[in-house]
Amino acid sequence: MIHLWMPLLLVCVLAGTGAYGVIARRNAVLVLIGVELLLNAANLLFVTMGSVLNDPLRTGHVLTLFLITIAAAEMGVALAVILALFRDRGHIDLSEPGS
Amino acid sequence: MTTLDILFAAVGLITAASAVLAVTTHHLVHAALWLVVTLGTLAGCYLVLGAELVALVQLLVYVGAVVVLVLFALMLTRAPMGRTPDQSSSPTQRAAAAVIGAATTTLFAAVLLPSLGGQVLATRAGDTQGIATQLFGAWVWPFELLSLLLLMALIAAFAVSRMPSRRTTVPEERAAQPESPKTVTGVTSA
Repeated sequence: MIHLWMPLLLVCVLAGTGAYGVIARRNAVLVLIGVELLLNAANLLFVTMGSVLNDPLRTGHVLTLFLITIAAAEMGVALAVILALFRDRGHIDLSEPGS
Repeated sequence: MTTLDILFAAVGLITAASAVLAVTTHHLVHAALWLVVTLGTLAGCYLVLGAELVALVQLLVYVGAVVVLVLFALMLTRAPMGRTPDQSSSPTQRAAAAVIGAATTTLFAAVLLPSLGGQVLATRAGDTQGIATQLFGAWVWPFELLSLLLLMALIAAFAVSRMPSRRTTVPEERAAQPESPKTVTGVTSA
């Protein structure tokens, strides 16, 4: 038995820190870390709800597995884009305009 | 407070603290390493919630693969080691980001906690067989579609990395004009 407000509070904190990381960071890779935290907040909500609902399809857990895979694919493409950006500009500082 | 409550509180506190450190530290590499701690302890949270399969996949894919990708990207973009305060954003931007982050947290808390926070959850541990049956039964077509998505992501990453860069073409164009001393600077800065 576990009280449900604790995982939900962790979801809120993770989403908030993720949003902070996306906006406050200048380095593109660090922005991606913020995106990862946001995705993990969604994952934790999926797992919590999947454990709460007595669902015969196990939707929460299965969708979490899907989301982890999609996040890995997103990460691969995003890092390829960042490397292309680095080759093009010589830096990945998002606050500076491109040359 | 049950045993699972105390376990989740312990693991969740580490998760939240390392997540905050991952987005606030000035060391670029430390941010990636704090992300490892966050994702690893989040796998512990899943374990406490009774989702062993998800916890193991989280460890394999996130801690094993995604963080290595992030570290490779930091190395390939020549991230400076050590403190880099010159790379951190202005106090105004950080303050705005803190306001938006706090607002996000408050919004989620205002929606989720009153509606669901009062429930007590009996975890359904050891349900890997049920998840596997559903994953390869009801969810098999989305699962196959996911492999297609991974293939597309692979091809897209290759295509993006093979894209011709402006930096490699510009010095050649400048070299065609012999009068300009900019040619030298163009080549060295490339």
